[in-house]
Amino acid sequence: MATEIRVPTLGESVTEATIGRWFKKAGDAVKADEPLCELETDKVTLEVNAPASGVLAEIVAQEGETVAAGALLGAIMEGAAGATPVAPAPKKEDAKAAPAASAPAPAAAPKAAVENGPAVSRIAAESGVNPAAVAGSGKDGRVTKGDMLGAVARLASAPAPQAEAPAAVRAPSAPDDASREERVRMTRLRQTIARRLKDAQQTAAMLTTFNDVDMTAVMELRAQYKDAFEKKHGAKLGFMGFFVKAAVAALKDVPSVNAEIDGADLVYKNYYHIGVAVGTDKGLVVPVVRDADMLSIADIEKQISDYGRKARDGQLKIEDMQGGTFTISNGGIYGSLMSTPILNAPQSAILGMHRIEQRPVVYKGQIVARPMMYLAVSYDHRIIDGKEAVTFLVRIKENLEDPTRLVLDL
Amino acid sequence: MSYDLVVIGSGPAGYVCAIRAAQLGLKTAVVEKRKTFGGTCLNVGCIPSKALLHASEMFEEAGHGLAALGVKVGAPELDLPKMMGHKTDTVSANVNGVAFLFKKNKIDSHIGAGRITAPGKVEVTAEGGAKTTLETKAIVIATGSDVMPLKGVDIDEKRIVSSTGALELDKVPGRLVVIGAGVIGLELGSVWRRLGAEVEVIEFLDRILPGMDDEVAKQAQRLFQKQGVKFRLGAKVTGAKANAKGVTLTVEPAAGGEAEQVQADVVLVAIGRRPYTEGLGLQEVGVAVDERGRVTIDDHYRTNVPGIYAVGDVVIGPMLAHKGEDEGIAIAEMLAGKAGHVNYDAIPAVVYTQPEIASVGKTEEELKKAGVEYNVGKFPFTANGRARANLATDGFVKVLADKATDRVLGVHIVGANAGEMIHEAVVLMEFGGSAEDLARSTHAHPTMSEAVREAALAVDKRAIHI
Repeated sequence: MATEIRVPTLGESVTEATIGRWFKKAGDAVKADEPLCELETDKVTLEVNAPASGVLAEIVAQEGETVAAGALLGAIMEGAAGATPVAPAPKKEDAKAAPAASAPAPAAAPKAAVENGPAVSRIAAESGVNPAAVAGSGKDGRVTKGDMLGAVARLASAPAPQAEAPAAVRAPSAPDDASREERVRMTRLRQTIARRLKDAQQTAAMLTTFNDVDMTAVMELRAQYKDAFEKKHGAKLGFMGFFVKAAVAALKDVPSVNAEIDGADLVYKNYYHIGVAVGTDKGLVVPVVRDADMLSIADIEKQISDYGRKARDGQLKIEDMQGGTFTISNGGIYGSLMSTPILNAPQSAILGMHRIEQRPVVYKGQIVARPMMYLAVSYDHRIIDGKEAVTFLVRIKENLEDPTRLVLDL
Repeated sequence: MSYDLVVIGSGPAGYVCAIRAAQLGLKTAVVEKRKTFGGTCLNVGCIPSKALLHASEMFEEAGHGLAALGVKVGAPELDLPKMMGHKTDTVSANVNGVAFLFKKNKIDSHIGAGRITAPGKVEVTAEGGAKTTLETKAIVIATGSDVMPLKGVDIDEKRIVSSTGALELDKVPGRLVVIGAGVIGLELGSVWRRLGAEVEVIEFLDRILPGMDDEVAKQAQRLFQKQGVKFRLGAKVTGAKANAKGVTLTVEPAAGGEAEQVQADVVLVAIGRRPYTEGLGLQEVGVAVDERGRVTIDDHYRTNVPGIYAVGDVVIGPMLAHKGEDEGIAIAEMLAGKAGHVNYDAIPAVVYTQPEIASVGKTEEELKKAGVEYNVGKFPFTANGRARANLATDGFVKVLADKATDRVLGVHIVGANAGEMIHEAVVLMEFGGSAEDLARSTHAHPTMSEAVREAALAVDKRAIHI
């Protein structure tokens, strides 16, 4: 009995993935639920686990191939798990030489569990689209002619990203230098980041407004309560909880910042899903704290630390990163003094946090040292007026300089 | 007696359900009201009518077809009792076959009328009045359907007959009037026309074969008229008077107007069938039925009462034996914890006239109504070599495929053996195949089935032989 290995559901708006790498090779014994290969999608990297125990009979989709949700990745032959360690993966020649009477060689498994229909084969031959990489809508997941036509049409209508930037051929390096260069294929996540950031820049009328915030009050609060807070909530009292709360209060005051453009319409969102950018070794991801207006600072801190851990372990799910209405990015943790963040489309604004440092400021008529942070809000001028953007940022500043306002909902 | 499953009714839905359930290890019993198994289909429906259709076709062939092929046999003589004997033998062989299958699968059979007295309890009343109560975990209602009566036209099964009586006539009527131009009326009308009756079909609607593709129905009507059947469409029968000599029907235009008298030796009432649930105790146990008397089920064949299921003619859907069979298999599998399924988009329907009419999937009218864009591929049997050799050039094949995806949505065939040819389309549709898939599958030459492939080619306007 062969069990098919298929690409799992990837989540809404994600239709394809790239095979990152196979942990097993054809002929390897596998246990049910053991990770078989890694898929990179636009948003996350996920593992495909073995649907059954047995021997990985065949790998249909190779590393680097792009596959659709539901597409065939390979097949597992059941029941041969015990046999393989004894007679490890027979090579083709061996299998041929072996007498037919001996145990059936699992590696000589059927080509694929499913044959393609003649129309599908014709389109595959003419278009080069591999039916195994197309999600089948027919019986038992078979690929139909319609599925193939759809895949071909998608290819035609979405020209390869390279084609979009013509003539970007890189000038050859001097031979001396070329040998000291390393060429690495961008991960799917990196490519997506690149594309989305560039799209946002091209689409939005983007500009940035700045302000600075005196962090004294927040820092004092933190110093006073951080132990009690950690004891009670089991999470550290950081800055992000204050910023999320301050931002939500400001978003409520200036609704256009929490809105987006959809064609000729403006969509105002009466919910506050705040994306919090987290750096990982593979790139930036933005998990979303949902309904942040209904959460306490403790809840927010807990969620963020949870997301941070998941991001580091590569366990973030696509759902975790969907549906944000506004984003906060903290370059301060890396020491940034000032920056102009790029929008997380289709959102209309993003708040940039920066490092806190003691700076001389005039406070009550005296020049004193205060812990200051520069704030930046990049926004889409198509939807947000300058006055609104500035008001929005000032509201955040006020909320942080006097957190009591957050308590009193001022 | 205590069972896992009691099936009430041993027609195609019931007996197939019982066999499948027994195969899957369920302790199964069948309750049957008739003395023999097989229900309407085997006893007074599909099977005996096919025996007479085939025999009468041979009679007509001998009388009219063979001479053209250079076979002289003289005028054939009808031996109606012998023909009826063939029919009876066919029925016996089939109903005994079901009895054998029950034994083979260790299915208990209880002859008598079944009544559900409570969930898990079926009372069987034998002919003599003796009552037995069967205890069971699950009950499947497969009681089928019965002839739909027509107000003012009382069936006596002598002069005014239903399909049952029309299979038992002791002589060929001089003039047979069929009320209803559906499948049953056209089939049995064909039998008696071939054997010498003058046949007129009266239909309330302004078309024959309601529900079938318009073009198919029109072509079929032309062919039947050529064979000598008269049609009176858009007319309703409001009354009937039978006497020793015959029947006088009162017929009015459906739209209203002058009533007319129509004379007949025998009248066949074939306006349809209705679900049969009489005496089953549905009301008492609270099983819901819809406005047409069908047992209401969900998509797992569950009625509103836990433990009671229903399949076949007694539930929604086309009243077709094979639809009931597949539902019977599906519910048996579900009861055994497996994934039973019936694909209602790929159930073929066949009219066993000459030529036969077969279809699967959507008609052009249905696609238009649903706003689906489609391509049509058609191929006439006049352009098929085998059809010419067989003098069977009546009819055509029509393939309807989705405009964007080429997926086959419907196939309609008018032609000799259409009922056998339709199945390649059924399998194709079951697998979501396209017209191109069909067109790229090699068909043996010379066969009538090549016309199916040519019609599939014609979807892409590339038929070869026309």
